[in-house]
Amino acid sequence: MGSDIFEFSINGLKIIIIFMMMVQIVPLLVWVERRGSAYIQNRFGPNRVGPLGLTQLLADAVKFLTKEEFVPQGSYKFFFYLAPVVALIPAALAFGAIPLSIPIQVEAFTMMGRNWGPYTFPFQSFELGLGVVFVLGASSLAAYALLLAGYGSNNKYSLFGALRASAQTISYELSMGLSIVGVLLVYNTFNFTEMVAQQSGPLAFKFLGNDLLISWLPNWGIFYQPLGAILLFAAFFAETNRLPFDLPEAEGELVAGYHTEYGGFKMNMFYIGEYGHMLVASALMTTFFFGGYTLYPWLTPESLNQALSSFSPTQASLITAFSLHLVFLVKVLFFLWIFIHVRWTLPRFRYDQLMDLGWKTMLPWSLVNAIVTAVIIVLMRSHWS
Amino acid sequence: MNQLLPVAFLILFVIIFGVGLMYLASLFGAKGSKSKSHLEAYECGVQATEAKTSKVSIKFYLTAILFILFDIEIIFMYPWALSLNDFIASGSGVYMLGAMGFFLFIFIFGLYWEVKSRALEWE
Repeated sequence: MGSDIFEFSINGLKIIIIFMMMVQIVPLLVWVERRGSAYIQNRFGPNRVGPLGLTQLLADAVKFLTKEEFVPQGSYKFFFYLAPVVALIPAALAFGAIPLSIPIQVEAFTMMGRNWGPYTFPFQSFELGLGVVFVLGASSLAAYALLLAGYGSNNKYSLFGALRASAQTISYELSMGLSIVGVLLVYNTFNFTEMVAQQSGPLAFKFLGNDLLISWLPNWGIFYQPLGAILLFAAFFAETNRLPFDLPEAEGELVAGYHTEYGGFKMNMFYIGEYGHMLVASALMTTFFFGGYTLYPWLTPESLNQALSSFSPTQASLITAFSLHLVFLVKVLFFLWIFIHVRWTLPRFRYDQLMDLGWKTMLPWSLVNAIVTAVIIVLMRSHWS
Repeated sequence: MNQLLPVAFLILFVIIFGVGLMYLASLFGAKGSKSKSHLEAYECGVQATEAKTSKVSIKFYLTAILFILFDIEIIFMYPWALSLNDFIASGSGVYMLGAMGFFLFIFIFGLYWEVKSRALEWE
């Protein structure tokens, strides 16, 4: 985590702040979801508490705090209490491994009569070499929280909801994993930072031994993997249990699905997990296909470094990192808005349709996508002489 | 090991955060009635009629088994995808493509057999 006390404490604070960022974006998204759905359905939505209903979030928190602490009779108490905590962990771990901006370079400086050496702080909780694999593995753990909640509640609706949710999550994980194979083939790395670095320039690729350059387009993954992007985004909807794939919470059949027996902050923690997964999905879409935290040709690390040459290196690095972080946030918010808009636009699938779509449509198509990508890459990158 | 220390720290912090929230809620939460029907798990409003261990469709087990088989095959594709470019550079890209093609043939045949044997039908 660090070699001395300064680096150690900054890294620890960073982990807490990034996790809190994820937690704090949830009430905002709930507000956007409620106001947005009201706007789409020609209603008002929450508009009484504070300006535009914004302090509704605070009122909600107070209500969560004063809800009755309820454990149904005959439930497995340990599992019942464990499930909400487990629901928080996968999204937090996955979000922590995604780079939110370029690393901050801090020059050597003197503080409290001591010299503090030059540091490099990556703009993420932890930088792992196996970034993609770690994120996939961590976010797969979400199925455990649903199963624990369903099994621990002593309620058949919860159990059915949990079983449906886990069957759906694992079915769509196949097409998700396969569409990421195409992404790995294109970037040839597991590391997110390297992926973004490859996307920061103009669109340039090798075709049958010739170098092609299209200077007015960014080098984004969406131009190499259009089908993979669509399949991955659809699979993310199923992974996050959002409409049109929200069978685990089908109110007409299952009351509220796996969290029927939960209320107050325990219920809220499931919400944080779900919205955290949406956040991770949006961040992955941005990083894989839409250039991550760079925006060619205006906002790339190189162009910003040139513009900020009058500042000291540490200040320039800080300004660069935070302005690129803003670019990343705008892109992520765009995908989050798509998640919300789709929820209030499309109706729900039937369960057999959902499983058919996953196994018989999306799995073969993502297989085709991976094979075609591999063949084209061998054709394009081989030396034909 | 040093790389995984922040991961452990994050997991610890999330657990403390979650348990703390639940503890706060239990401090300030309203006290409910202690009657028998209040404490019962929700079924439909009246007293529950079905036992806790109600029947579960066997299809879920089948789906889970099929998932494990296919997921392992997909995981084998990850290192291959990463090393394909090195093999192309050393001139054996077409050979690696053929090798993975044989592996994928088994994968596709398995999927075809699964669909044919109606293992994926939900009626």
